[in-house]
Amino acid sequence: MMRLFSEWYWPLDGWIVLAGILCAVSASLIGNFLVLRRMSLLGDAISHAILPGLAIAFLWSASRSGWPVFVAAVAVGILTAFLSQLIHRQGRVDEGAAMGVVFTTLFAAGLLLINHSAKYVDLDPSCVLYGAIEFTPLDQVQFLELSIPRVVLVLSAVAVVNLLFVTLLFKELQITTFAPELAKTMGIPGGLIHYSLMALVAVTAVAAFESVGSILVVAMFIVPPAAALLITDRLSRVIFVSTLIGAAGATLGHVMAIAVPPWFGFRSASTAGMMAVAVGFLFLGACLLGPRHGLLVNAYRFGINRLEIAFEDIIAFLYRRGERAPQQYYRMIEISEQLKQSAWFLRLALWVNRRKGLVQSFSEGLKLTPLGTQRAQEVVRSHRLWETYLAEELSMPTERLHDAAEDLEHFTDKELRTKLGEAVSAQEDPHGTPIPPE
Amino acid sequence: MESVKSAVRIFFRGLGLCGLLLATLVTPTPGLGQVTDDSPHFGASFEDGQRFSLADYNTQIVVFGAGLLGFAAGLVGCFALLRRQALVGDALSHATLPGIAGAFILVSFFGGNGKGIGWLLLGATITGVFGTLVMIGIQRLPRLKPDTSLGIVLSVFFGAGIVLITLAQQMESGHAAGLESFIYGKAASMLRSDAQLIAITALGVSLLVGLFFKELKLLCFDEGFAVARGYSRFWLDGLVMGLVTIVTVIGLQAVGLILIIALLVTPAAAARFWTNSLGWMCLISATFGAAASVGGALLSAWATDLPSGAMIVLMCSGIFVLSLLFGPTKGIIFKSTSLYHPAVSETQ
Repeated sequence: MMRLFSEWYWPLDGWIVLAGILCAVSASLIGNFLVLRRMSLLGDAISHAILPGLAIAFLWSASRSGWPVFVAAVAVGILTAFLSQLIHRQGRVDEGAAMGVVFTTLFAAGLLLINHSAKYVDLDPSCVLYGAIEFTPLDQVQFLELSIPRVVLVLSAVAVVNLLFVTLLFKELQITTFAPELAKTMGIPGGLIHYSLMALVAVTAVAAFESVGSILVVAMFIVPPAAALLITDRLSRVIFVSTLIGAAGATLGHVMAIAVPPWFGFRSASTAGMMAVAVGFLFLGACLLGPRHGLLVNAYRFGINRLEIAFEDIIAFLYRRGERAPQQYYRMIEISEQLKQSAWFLRLALWVNRRKGLVQSFSEGLKLTPLGTQRAQEVVRSHRLWETYLAEELSMPTERLHDAAEDLEHFTDKELRTKLGEAVSAQEDPHGTPIPPE
Repeated sequence: MESVKSAVRIFFRGLGLCGLLLATLVTPTPGLGQVTDDSPHFGASFEDGQRFSLADYNTQIVVFGAGLLGFAAGLVGCFALLRRQALVGDALSHATLPGIAGAFILVSFFGGNGKGIGWLLLGATITGVFGTLVMIGIQRLPRLKPDTSLGIVLSVFFGAGIVLITLAQQMESGHAAGLESFIYGKAASMLRSDAQLIAITALGVSLLVGLFFKELKLLCFDEGFAVARGYSRFWLDGLVMGLVTIVTVIGLQAVGLILIIALLVTPAAAARFWTNSLGWMCLISATFGAAASVGGALLSAWATDLPSGAMIVLMCSGIFVLSLLFGPTKGIIFKSTSLYHPAVSETQ
């Protein structure tokens, strides 16, 4: 970490991180719609397919930047989307396959063109993939009397355009994405929206292409929106969260590119690659910790729920024993044998619920507190009411009553108990034990 | 009795496919020498005084290897396409890069030959399989669709691969240049051993497809029935993914990790226009793949500045466009004139 601080140099690293963040934000803004429209791989397809567009523009204008490159690349990008749609519709080819056919063809054509014109233009395909985000600060331009890297300026413009597109056409994008039929009846031009989206994907890919590398932009199109979808529900929030994740991934990526390689004795690593990896880690984090669907969060919830149920089983057991024999204390081993649960699991259940003050632990064993007796009585009452109800109203065979009631007793509140009490006539459950009062 | 019968049937089916494969293995070699002698115009456009010759040993190896690779990829691609996972090769091929670079770094670090093809392919397979598992895992998450899982694996793994490549380039013990050839492919520098590896793979892949043909067919067309019959969807899908992984890893060197996608997708998509029977589709697709690869390799050998990978892809695309237009069952031209009802072909 110290090494990171000593090597971090704001005039350089600040611009690199800013370029990464701008790329991440502009890509994830429209990436949400790619993911939701099941066109995630279109970003990848377009970023490969614009190779011939770039090559033609190079041949024509003999420069690596400027308007011709932009126009040509956008044209090829839209062409990719159009041809994929055409093949998908006309030939009834699977959408993914249609895309695969088109973008590999265009990529191969681009390789041919570059190979053919290698004598005239200096274009390195690997630079296109890896990007040269590390060189961002070197190429500066004057803008409003400030010296700003050209890449940052271009990416800011793209970010603003994408932001305007998403905010101004939010309603239209939402409807065409989630309910294309409704959009049709409302007279929203779905095709126009679709191709504008494609154009912006191409613009973003091209802008990111020469500066940060195509692989980073492909990652930023898909991964932050996918992570955001696991975290939140409402579309506007998903978009907002996805830009945050993208920006965080870009920052984290550059920090990792500086900080991690020295651990293994290397100098540094590709920043663009690290940003893609970092955003991948953030996605993993969202998978595990997302508040609604996170795997760890769900596992935790499931575990807590199981412990609650085990705890209720313990107090119900203590109550039932207290009914029959007035022995005061019960050892954990005894309880564990009776409930067929491992002792450590039951101890964990007791420990998690220790604050409720329902069970007291003495050296002789466990004992219910008065409050605990009250709560246990409710659980047992639920159990016996259910057994009676299932036997009387649903004519369930006696041997199956206990297991069903054992599940239901944990999810029965006072209101339901009152109703059950009114529904059943007997004062005793089918096994002959009295139903305790509320 | 039933099981014996079906075992015999499977055996013969496998044997038939092997025979077919052996035929493709053997035939190109003697044929090649003749073409050269009879066609002097082939050498005409050559500039450097270097005569293009199909009798040339290297050219034979490349054409042979590329053809078999195209055959295997075309065969496997059919099942990936019908499982609606056509682009799984795209994600898998990108997922192999960190394995290649990681294997290079590790092996070089321990003093081995980091460019030993065995190590690189082992690394590629490991991360390829890992990528597949991650993909399956992501698809089980709520809301995320298969295409998103492909995209995530593709971009994140490729990013990791690029990181590892930049690290490999800083190593003192080995020279990492050439690792990048896996991205673009260098069919022209294929060695005899590479071609042999491809041949063995193609044979294995065809055998597996022959053995499990019935099961795979069920999986593609009536998944529910397959599951009801007691076949494990996980393992059958795993078989398809595994076959795609094998072909991808083996094909990386020849056509590169971006262009192998074309061999997996395009011939299968083209074959779909010619038939409604899975068996024929497999054969046609494999033939298309082999033909495009042989054609592309030949063209690239004929003219110096045409890279072989790109030529193979463009040949595939050419076949696809012809199929799209003229295919008898679903081609655009015949579709409009035939009595074949589109709804009927849709149900296939």
